[in-house]
Amino acid sequence: MRDTRRTRIVLAVLLLVSFTLITLDVRGGDSGPVGAIRSATGTVFGPVQRAVAAVYEPVRNFFGGLGHDEHARLVQLEKENTDLTLRLRTSQYAESRAAELDALLKVAGLGQYRIVPAQVIAVGPAQGFAWTALLDAGSRDGLKVGMTVINGDGLVGRVKSVTNSTATVLLLVDGESTVGSRLEGGLTLSLANGQGGNQPMQLQVLDPRVALTSGDRVVTRGSDFVSGVPIGVVTKVQPTQGTLVRVADLQPYVDVRSLDLVGVVVQGPRTNPRDSVLPPRPSAGPSASASPSATASPSGSAGATASAGPSASASPSR
Amino acid sequence: MTVPRAALAVVLLSTAVVLQTAVLSRIPLPGATPDLLLLVLVGLALVQGPVSGAVTGFFAGLLLDLVPPADGTVGRWALVMCLVGFAAGRSRDTVGRSTFRPLLVVAGLAAAAILGYALLGLLLGDPRVTWSALTDSLPTAVLYDVLLTPFVVPFVMSLARRVEPEPSWARLPR
Repeated sequence: MRDTRRTRIVLAVLLLVSFTLITLDVRGGDSGPVGAIRSATGTVFGPVQRAVAAVYEPVRNFFGGLGHDEHARLVQLEKENTDLTLRLRTSQYAESRAAELDALLKVAGLGQYRIVPAQVIAVGPAQGFAWTALLDAGSRDGLKVGMTVINGDGLVGRVKSVTNSTATVLLLVDGESTVGSRLEGGLTLSLANGQGGNQPMQLQVLDPRVALTSGDRVVTRGSDFVSGVPIGVVTKVQPTQGTLVRVADLQPYVDVRSLDLVGVVVQGPRTNPRDSVLPPRPSAGPSASASPSATASPSGSAGATASAGPSASASPSR
Repeated sequence: MTVPRAALAVVLLSTAVVLQTAVLSRIPLPGATPDLLLLVLVGLALVQGPVSGAVTGFFAGLLLDLVPPADGTVGRWALVMCLVGFAAGRSRDTVGRSTFRPLLVVAGLAAAAILGYALLGLLLGDPRVTWSALTDSLPTAVLYDVLLTPFVVPFVMSLARRVEPEPSWARLPR
C-alpha cells in the first residue's frame, strides 16, 4: 500500500504539532500554556482516577487473601496503624528533643510534623521512566508544591504539582529527584539521587574524609525537605579513590512499588529533630558494626607507644 | 475521521489511560507496566488505517503526556504514539484477519514506542533515561503487551468494525 498525499500531510501536521508542544513545554515549564492544559487535564481525570482507585482498592485487598467481612475493619486498622506509627515517630522525636533541650536550655514546647493523610490513587507507568504518584488530596486540603511526603517507613518524595483535589508526587527514586541529606549522627552534606525505582539510590557524600560504611543510615537534612525524615540505608560503598565526593548505594526505606497511605507534611518541625525519627537500631538496618557513627580515629594514646619501635608504625594509617 | 470513530476512540482511550494509571501500574509487576493504551491504539488502527491511526495515536499520546501523574515533557508520547498509530494502520492490510500477526505488530510497536520515547528523552537531556531503566522496562513491556494482546486487541477491533459504515476489508485502499 502506498501513502497518499493526504496521509503524508496529516502525519506531517501531527508531528509538527508534537514538536511544537515539546518546545512550548520545555521553554514554558509549568507556568506556560502547556502547564495550564496539564492542570486542566488533571482536574478532569483526577476524580475518575479516584473513583477507579476506590473500586480497585477492595480488589487489591481481596487478592491479599482476605475475606470480605474483615476488609473494612482491616482498612480502618491499617489507617490507624499508619497514623499511630507516624505519631509515635514524631512523639519519639518530641520526647528526645525535649530531653535534649531540658538538659541544654531548660526549654519545653515542641514542634511536630503536621500531616495531612492521603491515599495513592494512581502511579505513572514505568515505561515513561518517571517515578510519580497521584494523591487524593490537593490544594483544598492545604497541599502546596514542594511539600515533603512521608509514610510510616520514611521519605516518599515531594509534591511536584497540585490541582484542587489531587497532587502529583515526585518519588524520591525518580531520576530527577535529589534529596539534600546527611548521615545519622553527622552533619556532612550529602545528596541522595534517585536512579529509577529498579535501582538503588545513589548517595554522594560531599566530604572525602567521612567514614562511610554499609549500614549507615541517612536522613533528610532539611533545606528542600522537612528535616530528620529517614531516607534509607547505605548498602554498598563505591570505591572512589582521589575524588572529593564519596559515592555509595542507598536502599530507601520506602518501597515505592507498593505505596498506599502516605502523609503530606503541611507544617514541619520548628527545630531540627536530628536522628530521632529513625527507627530503633535493631529492627532496621542490617549492619553488624557496633558504632558506625563514631569516626574511628586510630591514633591517640596508641600513637605515643608506637613511636618506640619502627615495626609498630601501623597506627598513623592516614 | 468520522464522528462514531472519534467517539469510540475517546471512550476507549480515556478508559485505557485511567485503568493504566489507577490499576495496572499499581500492580507490583517487575519492570514495565502493561501498556493498555498502546493495545487499544493498535486495535483501532488495524481497522481504521494509517490516517486515523496517526490521529488517534497523537491524541492517545497526548493523554499519556497530560493525565496525572505524568511528568514528562508534553508532546513526547504524542509524537511517539502518532508514529505508532500510523505504523499500525499501515500494517492493516498485511495483518488482515490473522490472529497471530497482531502479536508481532504489538511486540514490534511496544519496543519501538519505548525506544522512541527514550531517544526523544536523550535528545531533550532527560536525566531519567538511563541504560538500566531501558533494559528494565523494554523486555518486560514487550512481554506484558504481547500477553495482553489476545484479550484486548480483538475486542477493540470488533468494536471498531461495528462503528464502520462498511467492513474495512471490503474497501479498496485509498
